[in-house]
Amino acid sequence: MIERALKGGVHPDECKLTAPSPIENFPCPERLYVPLQQHLGRKARPMVKKGDVIAKGQKIGEADGFISANIHSPVAGKVKSIDKVMLPNGVFDDAVVIDVDQESNSVAEPTWPLKPVDDLTPDDIRTIAREAGIVGLGGATFPTAVKLSPPENVKIDTLIINGAECEPYLTADHRLMLEHTDEVIRGAELVRRAVGAEKVFVGIEKNKPDAIKKFDGILKRKDGWEVVALKSVYPQGAEKNLIKVITGREVPVGGLPFNVNVAIQNVGTVYSLYRAASEGIPLIERVVTVSGDGVKKPGNFRIPFGVMAREVLEHCEARFGEIEKVIFGGPMMGMSIKGYDVPVIKSTSGILCFVKAVRREPYGCLNCGRCVEVCTLHIAPTRVVKLVRAAKWDEVKKAGIMNCMECGCCAYVCPSKIPLVQWIRYGKFMLRKMEAQR
Amino acid sequence: MGSVVAAIMTMGAIGLFFSVIISVAYQKLKVEVDPRVEEILDVLPGANCGACGYPGCANYADAIVKGAPVNRCSVGGMEVAEAIARIMGVSAESMVRKVARVRCRGDRERAVWISEYVGIQSCAAAHLAAGGGKLCNYGCLGFGDCERACPFGAIRVNERGVAEVDENVCIGCGLCVQTCPRGIITLEPVDKRVLVFCVSQDSGKVAKKACKVACIGCGLCAKKSPDAIVVENNCARVVDADKVTDESIEKCPTGAIVRLGSRN
Repeated sequence: MIERALKGGVHPDECKLTAPSPIENFPCPERLYVPLQQHLGRKARPMVKKGDVIAKGQKIGEADGFISANIHSPVAGKVKSIDKVMLPNGVFDDAVVIDVDQESNSVAEPTWPLKPVDDLTPDDIRTIAREAGIVGLGGATFPTAVKLSPPENVKIDTLIINGAECEPYLTADHRLMLEHTDEVIRGAELVRRAVGAEKVFVGIEKNKPDAIKKFDGILKRKDGWEVVALKSVYPQGAEKNLIKVITGREVPVGGLPFNVNVAIQNVGTVYSLYRAASEGIPLIERVVTVSGDGVKKPGNFRIPFGVMAREVLEHCEARFGEIEKVIFGGPMMGMSIKGYDVPVIKSTSGILCFVKAVRREPYGCLNCGRCVEVCTLHIAPTRVVKLVRAAKWDEVKKAGIMNCMECGCCAYVCPSKIPLVQWIRYGKFMLRKMEAQR
Repeated sequence: MGSVVAAIMTMGAIGLFFSVIISVAYQKLKVEVDPRVEEILDVLPGANCGACGYPGCANYADAIVKGAPVNRCSVGGMEVAEAIARIMGVSAESMVRKVARVRCRGDRERAVWISEYVGIQSCAAAHLAAGGGKLCNYGCLGFGDCERACPFGAIRVNERGVAEVDENVCIGCGLCVQTCPRGIITLEPVDKRVLVFCVSQDSGKVAKKACKVACIGCGLCAKKSPDAIVVENNCARVVDADKVTDESIEKCPTGAIVRLGSRN
């Protein structure tokens, strides 16, 4: 075991209230709304129509192009319609509405060959990732098959398994690492084989000592595998930061991990990959942390995709009248949703419910420089924002606005409560718009 | 005394030398400027708004001399077009004045608001943050990005929270059209008096839930005026305003299609 820590960043109150709660299976509601856009890239093409009877795990949306992902039905039932639902980002998009048949046990045959896991070749593993609709479950939902196919002239030497879970409140990855340690390690082994890495590091933050102990106990005896105990800092779990902390290599601006010969996968992703390879179950559910002071019974649940937030919150006895804010994802990078009629999708790592939303009027910038200190990507947020507000677009671009990953550290530490990240997102939007018009 | 004379002589000689160079250079390197460019530039309003499709008035004047149409200046209108036509010795074809129309009437009472937006008070910022507080994904956000973009003060957000164009002031430069993050402002001929004031492409069920005056794409209006209105992507569009019958407008279940009052 080795120990590391990220320079910069912040350390908000961890509030990991649900760390001791074991993962529970969420009772399947009567109707699911499974969106066709649950991932980064092109929307999946619907493969079913109104009235079709479908089995659990049946492919209902086909990946449209290389950067896209298949969508599978989480349940057996009947297609009621294909209708618009609101996604967590506030946009309405097509979803397959399924009336669940609670009696039926029909399970669809996987569309990939089931072989003993040890016999799978790298190509088999890529096929499984693509067919099973596996995407990065850390939050970015980038199709995993693409990440497993680095360009031919690149030699990947290191694989990092990301179990940092640095966002406050979230404990989904933590519970997964504790309860499914073996599956996570076997899934990591599959990824290692697919990319041909020699070294594997499992990065876990020190606020999860039980997980570190459990992984270290197993990996100690494995050659080339190592647990990295990380000091708890946000945003350590961000891809580029974790690579820097563990390997010391810096991913170039605009580059990807393979540029520094590294592959990186979230623990939830490798667990899903292993389940698809060993049991033939595609990505149809995920572990979601439901927490915050707005729910009376917080916990970690294995929720099928397409369950509405309203049903999840009812199950957790939310105080509906008093809730001011519901966030999909973590409190730092998650999205605040409009209303409760938003389905759980592949990117939903948590549903956080707060009775009191923090609301403060911003003051002028004090030039204190705290945002510059915490930025792990070496951007000067206050300068960028001043340029955005002055509409100096050429200089905004030169100041590196496009490198920002919107982790929110700068806005978190700002004593004047300036919505720095929102200004940066606004600036990025305007720059892209201007380039498109040119 | 002698030194003064010497100084005057030297300066005079240098002056003479350079003046000869300048006058030769003036003759040799002379750029032929069409005198009409200057004349046209005097006629143009000088707002540099870009509505003609050129970066500014001077560029447009250059382009006219090279053969561009004379009736592109919407600020000056017919008057300027005729003046330019006289300079160029051509006849100005009739030009239809275009004005901006905000294609949304979903104000505070008519649209359904399901959350409260508390971030940066700008339409573009709200558009990125889950699209502001409205349930509708298409409608006016009402933070006035268009109002700030308009150099003529022709568009403003009214008390009910929806942008509104004063068609007597609007010169159709199109800056608001570019600015609106939702893309709901369009340039329409000023004499097109019947318009569908909604651009929602959601299915009727979803659109109706979001706003009382949404176009639900039912097609009743198109049935009553078959050649004048088309329905595409769950949204009606007026093709020929003159042929729209009153019945089409009366039949609209949500009142999304509107006949504007006559111009004053």
